[in-house]
Amino acid sequence: MAYVARKIPFVGTPDTNPETKPFFEGAAAGKLMLRRCTSCKKVHWYPRELCPFCFGDCAWEQASGKAKIYTFSVMERANPPYAIGYVKLAEGPSVLTNFVDCDLAALKIGQDVKVTFVKTEGDGPTLPFFTPA
Amino acid sequence: MSLKGAAYIAGAWEHPTRKAPDKSIALLHAECAKGALEDAGLTKDDVDGYFCAGDAPGGLGPLSMVDYMNLKCRHVDSTDVGGSSYQVAVGHAMEAIAAGRCNVALITLSGRPRSEGQATGTAPRPGNPAAPEMQFEFPYGPATANLYGMCAQRHMYEYGTTSEQLAWIKVAASHHAQHNPHAMLRDVVTVEDVVNSPMVSTPLHRLDCCVISDGGGALILTKPEIAKSLKRPLVKVIGVGESPKHQMGGDVDLTYTAARWSGPPAWEMAGIGPSDIKYASIYDSFTITVLMQLEDLGFCKKGEGGKFVSDGNLISGVGKLPFNTDGGGLCSNHPANRGGITKIIEAVRQLRGEAHPAVQVPNCDLAIAHGTGGALGTRHCGSTVILERE
Repeated sequence: MAYVARKIPFVGTPDTNPETKPFFEGAAAGKLMLRRCTSCKKVHWYPRELCPFCFGDCAWEQASGKAKIYTFSVMERANPPYAIGYVKLAEGPSVLTNFVDCDLAALKIGQDVKVTFVKTEGDGPTLPFFTPA
Repeated sequence: MSLKGAAYIAGAWEHPTRKAPDKSIALLHAECAKGALEDAGLTKDDVDGYFCAGDAPGGLGPLSMVDYMNLKCRHVDSTDVGGSSYQVAVGHAMEAIAAGRCNVALITLSGRPRSEGQATGTAPRPGNPAAPEMQFEFPYGPATANLYGMCAQRHMYEYGTTSEQLAWIKVAASHHAQHNPHAMLRDVVTVEDVVNSPMVSTPLHRLDCCVISDGGGALILTKPEIAKSLKRPLVKVIGVGESPKHQMGGDVDLTYTAARWSGPPAWEMAGIGPSDIKYASIYDSFTITVLMQLEDLGFCKKGEGGKFVSDGNLISGVGKLPFNTDGGGLCSNHPANRGGITKIIEAVRQLRGEAHPAVQVPNCDLAIAHGTGGALGTRHCGSTVILERE
């Protein structure tokens, strides 16, 4: 199934939640930014100020961008069709995403993927997406 | 102190409409309330507790609705966990009744997504960007069908579940719906019909998805003394459980549902197990929802749901576990995109012996009604109600 880019919607602005503004600044610079707890050392998703495992304080770090497909679903009813999925990052957490620039019919659970960046429509920010590695 | 038996379901009523462009949502709620009160043999003046969820119109739904229906209540509760809210409300109403905070509890659900033209399963619905997950999910197009599609895909990968096995769930629902004059889809379908229907979001086909319908339903719960003074068969609430499940900080596991956590306290309170159940109402937004919940409630081992649902095992009079004998959300009704209350209503019909004769389970004395609200692919609530005919 040939890949056709779709318009990516966004709600609010990167300023809506001050807690996650650095994430969007990172994505604009081509970096996938993650939160790691300074106390329990675990990385979580989606990014929060307080660690969801221990309520410790978190610091930002750049992800490797390497991941494997945990699951996916191709929304064939949409025009154009798109593939939503979770990828398990090399750093640990699983992240909701879309798969881009690939044959949607060839996606496989367990497949290696890497981060890429796509700008959302209008004045929206740039966000991380994944594509076969 | 166990709450077992602290409340009875004295009234249950499902709105017959499936398309109601000429009715307000508030009117649908009120018509359901009236129907359930008449079913119980009570009047609106008897109601002193009101329970609703996010489908009640207006930002302060319980206040708008007690005002609209002019109810004099001592207790209101609007816990909103999507389609599972009504099983949760049964538990909360039982707690309130046991605590003496109300004697007659009214629970209503209504909505009209069909008249409003909502593409419930295929169009992502933007929410408040201040919801902490919204900006990390909405851009990726999380429509309902693909959130459940991801669960099905992973279940197939881990356990070898097939589309044909999922299709059996729809086949069973369609066998029941043929006897329900109000059902949206009354044609009996085959496994081939399901797997050959158009793909919506892989691996879920159109016939793996529930209907989009207007309508609603209502329940009356009351304390034992009042229930026993009424003329209806006695349906006792003997077990309740509720639990949310979410992404757990990124430790995502889509192979199980919150039923794994809401089931055990309900079974423990009831003092029975899955093998005792004669009839099961299982939330059926999609075929995969049913399969995973059956596993998580303990009707079969994890991963064996595909085998369990096959070959008509869910068809009344044919298989071992008759389910959703009204046709369920897959064929009959999914009012307000929330199927929780209709699950309880059909369980009450079965326990009273008032289901359609073609699907009535003989000597039906123990039933379960399980709900899921939200989306299995991100965050949801599971809620379990176990009922006994006395």
